[in-house]
Amino acid sequence: MMNMLKIGMFVSYVFIALTGNAQATANVLIKTVSDKIDRVNNYEANGKMKTNVTFLKVPESTVKIYFKKPNKLKIKNEKGISFVPKGAVSINLSNIINGSKYTALDAGADMIANTKVRVIKLLPEDDNADVVLSTVYIDEANQVIRKAKTTTRENGSYQLEMTYGKYIAYGLPDKIIFTFNTKDYKLPKGVTFDFDDGTAVKKTTPDNLKKNQGMAEIIFDSYIINKGVPDTVF
Amino acid sequence: MLTLLRIELFKISRRPRTYIAFAAIAAIVFIFQFAFKADGENYMNLMLQSVKDTFEFEKVRAINGYFMCYIILNTLLIQVPILVALIAADSISGEANMGTLRLLISKPISRTQLILVKFAAATIFTILLLLWMAITSLVFSLLIFGADDMLIFRSKGDESQILLISRDDVIWRYLAAFAYATVALTVIAALSLFLSIFAENSIGPIIATVCIVIVCTIISNINVPIIDKNVKPFLFTSYLVGWKGFFYIATDSEGIPIKGSIENWPAIRNSLGILLLHIGGLVAASVIVFKKKDILS
Repeated sequence: MMNMLKIGMFVSYVFIALTGNAQATANVLIKTVSDKIDRVNNYEANGKMKTNVTFLKVPESTVKIYFKKPNKLKIKNEKGISFVPKGAVSINLSNIINGSKYTALDAGADMIANTKVRVIKLLPEDDNADVVLSTVYIDEANQVIRKAKTTTRENGSYQLEMTYGKYIAYGLPDKIIFTFNTKDYKLPKGVTFDFDDGTAVKKTTPDNLKKNQGMAEIIFDSYIINKGVPDTVF
Repeated sequence: MLTLLRIELFKISRRPRTYIAFAAIAAIVFIFQFAFKADGENYMNLMLQSVKDTFEFEKVRAINGYFMCYIILNTLLIQVPILVALIAADSISGEANMGTLRLLISKPISRTQLILVKFAAATIFTILLLLWMAITSLVFSLLIFGADDMLIFRSKGDESQILLISRDDVIWRYLAAFAYATVALTVIAALSLFLSIFAENSIGPIIATVCIVIVCTIISNINVPIIDKNVKPFLFTSYLVGWKGFFYIATDSEGIPIKGSIENWPAIRNSLGILLLHIGGLVAASVIVFKKKDILS
């Protein structure tokens, strides 16, 4: 009986030590990435945005992305009209890891496009926060987030996939693929008097997207970092 | 023949009702422009109500001259047939009513020539009406609201779509759409002319034309499978809105619109063909009936 108790205590100790250590590792990693992102106070970026949503047929647009600490982000199409997914504000990565207080849990290792990543789950401490859970996939070698999945209470789930290039030192991606939830689009009845040309609806969403999911891809051409962005653009 | 056409056009230009059509179009267009200038955002909110939580977009920029013209044409092209009928339905019956028809056919011109000239004059009136529509709804809207990318809201089967056409890809579509609308409205002119042969005053053929257009339009917009398959293909009203086909831009495999493309050109071409057949049929029928008609007035 005494031996059993000792074994139990030992297992508990090991578990606490390991999870405590894992949590500490996760916190350190998050802090490292956060410090890197924090070096960017503001930026103005040029890019191209492609939107893929079943009901939306919009051309690729040339956009300007403005960011200012702590969480101002604006995507503008200078030459025309763009449909910008509302959750796209989350492409500002500091929103995810500096947005609110959370508990970071190490969920092990994974691979993304031949890159070893550490999976960390962020559980918000505030029970009423809109974000229920965020999972970030951190490239430990380069100290950048490669992928982030966020589940919210009100606005569905969204996912970010980042590819890095020459701005990796600032933790700024060259390409972001943003996947988000959409609702079915329905026009009010009897307002359009459409021409029935007899064609069937063409499926244009990629196979990896679910029915009510949309995707926006932003490819960044250049960043102007920490040169100031006026508040008027937001 | 040309002299005869000039005389017919002169007669049309002297009738006050000719200008009612132009005034009505101007009034409707200006009311639309005023309404959208004052409160266009509400319309956008209505059209985008199911996606307003998902997307952010600049509604003010979307209410531009190109969008306005599309909205106005969408509404007006249902009413313009009535305005075309006002003139075309008066072609023969008006002469009969005034007692000038017998005099007219006693001139050294054939009845065929007379019908063709009346039809040509009605067609020219239709073209002028559409030109006026283009000026008021497109040119004035561009002056008032400016130019930007164009949004199209479309229902396709059970699905709804939002199409966005780049501003540099719009003008040719309007030119094509107005050309198509000319053919579509010429069918109405031909129908009115045909009906006017049977009447002694112009009220009857005008009302008959309007009734035919309204009834056929309602049938064309009823979504009942048996009607879709067996009736709609034979109604000219099913093809009146074919001009919209020029704004249904084709997309690539990723759903990105292809600049300068049309989703279904064969459908537009077939619609045009059917409308032209209607015109040919109605004018030919008018000639045949008029040639056999006893002219007593």
